[in-house]
Amino acid sequence: MIEFKNVTHFYNTEQNEKIASLSGINLKIHKGDFVAIIGANGSGKSTLVKHINGLLLPSKGEVLVENLNTRDMEEVWNIRKQVGMVFQNPDNQLIATTVEDDIAFGLENIGIKAKEMGERVDWALNIVGLNGLRNSEPHLLSGGQKQRVVIAGALAMNTSYLILDEPTSMLDPKGRKNILEIVKDLNKKESITIVYITQFMSEAAQFDKIFVLDKGRIVLEDSPKKVFDKAEQLLGLSLEVPQITRLARELVKSGLDIPGNILNEDEMVKYLCLYI
Amino acid sequence: MMFFRNITIGQYIYRDSIIHKLDPRVKIITVILIITTIFLVNSWTGFFIIGFYLFINISLAKVHPKFVLKGIKPLLFIISFTLLIHFFTTPGDIIYRIWILNITREGIHRGLFISVRLFYLILSTSWLTLTTSPIALTDGIEKLLSFLKIIRVPAHEIAMMMTIALRFIPTLMEETEKIIKAQIARGADFESGNLVKRIQNFLPIIIPLFINAFHRADDLAIAMEARCYRGGEGRTHYRQLSINSIDHVFIIITLFILIVSYLWVV
Ligand SMILES: Nc1ncnc2c1ncn2[C@@H]1O[C@H](COP(=O)(O)OP(=O)(O)OP(=O)(O)O)[C@@H](O)[C@H]1O
Ligand SMILES: [Mg+2]
Repeated sequence: MIEFKNVTHFYNTEQNEKIASLSGINLKIHKGDFVAIIGANGSGKSTLVKHINGLLLPSKGEVLVENLNTRDMEEVWNIRKQVGMVFQNPDNQLIATTVEDDIAFGLENIGIKAKEMGERVDWALNIVGLNGLRNSEPHLLSGGQKQRVVIAGALAMNTSYLILDEPTSMLDPKGRKNILEIVKDLNKKESITIVYITQFMSEAAQFDKIFVLDKGRIVLEDSPKKVFDKAEQLLGLSLEVPQITRLARELVKSGLDIPGNILNEDEMVKYLCLYI
Repeated sequence: MMFFRNITIGQYIYRDSIIHKLDPRVKIITVILIITTIFLVNSWTGFFIIGFYLFINISLAKVHPKFVLKGIKPLLFIISFTLLIHFFTTPGDIIYRIWILNITREGIHRGLFISVRLFYLILSTSWLTLTTSPIALTDGIEKLLSFLKIIRVPAHEIAMMMTIALRFIPTLMEETEKIIKAQIARGADFESGNLVKRIQNFLPIIIPLFINAFHRADDLAIAMEARCYRGGEGRTHYRQLSINSIDHVFIIITLFILIVSYLWVV
């Protein structure tokens, strides 16, 4: 379990002014959860997830992962073994000169024996479907493929938590869909806990739970249905609802008797068919 | 305009040869031994033996000689320059005189020796880089330097720096190209004006490139830390190097030939 206990965080700015990037965050993410985090630019999403593996430490409060405190200088390495991270820019996360060497990078760091490393790299490559590219050089891959390599690198470590900070924002629609499919599979088949930051509401709608951040606070924490039911409140936070939900709301306004919080096409089709 | 198309770093050419299969450490040591011997040898017979040995090594590598010669081309000027300098500046028996310049017997002798040495130096290093992948080379250097850890040579750090450089040079090249195109689109001119002007024109490329590179370095450091990187201690290696009997045979033959070439004075 990931647990934030009253976490407040200040960045040290040059002017020495203290603006809280997180203030009084309390949250629990359980093993096997499939959650999204949304919020306007600068609302503190990245700051929040960087607390999970001790890349940032709280100014006040505690962050616990499997009851290990991120403040503990030794335990933080055990936390990082369990918490994989995927960042936004696919170009700035790959370290080695070939795909397989990069996937092995984390394993080398934690001192896994060569033989086991080989097995784990093969396994991770298979899961993300990159077996054919194991010898490729990273700079020759597409953005989506690079992100898959990063995911494989985390998987090889046998992580139980995978944190993704806007992993698809630099990808084309096809690559975006592919990453989300992989992430869903990891949650269902490998029971890996997923925490997924996104700017795309249509992506967020596919998770079990959404955290909405605003100015360093969690303002909503609910299922997508309930969150996107509050379109007015979201608008106030510079957030929108998914396009399909907008359509549903417009249809409701024009007098159709369907729910206003439809989240995907199938659902929409189901309700519209009632009118035929 | 495409400036850097399909960049590959190093000049590694994959072939299925004995030389390619040798342990990178053995090849690095071989090159160091060759270079040392080149500068010790003082007879034409010695040079001939080493030349023959290099020829065999390159043939065994199954790499077309044109790749080896490609490495020599850019240095041809330096070689001829040293040759001439030695011709004219070494005192001794004057055998020819052009205007105020004297060519001496010793000058010819020394000039030729130095040129052959440079030539062999390039041949042997090309032989190494053509037959050893950058990864193997990095691993080899790290392993070899690790003996020097006692005198605080940061072996792992050097290898990590090489890896990151190899990984990011193509990325930075692509980025340079993008910036150049962006600046051209804004009307920047890189092709006319005098030297000072041209250098000035390159500032709008260099500055964004540096800023982006620092940004990348920041991101990369965070990504590495998130992946449990904490320096070389306790780190294992994905690629295992192993010295086989073929490596032993190779290094023994090499030593034998080099010693013979050094001792041979006719
Ligand atoms: N290194 C830093 N130094 C100082 N302030 C920072 C730093 N990083 C972020 N901030 C500030 O902290 C706040 C939260 O930033 P954060 O990056 O967590 O937001 P975010 O929700 O991830 O935004 P985005 O959607 O742009 O990624 C912002 O006001 C930002 O300006
Ligand atoms: Mg962010």
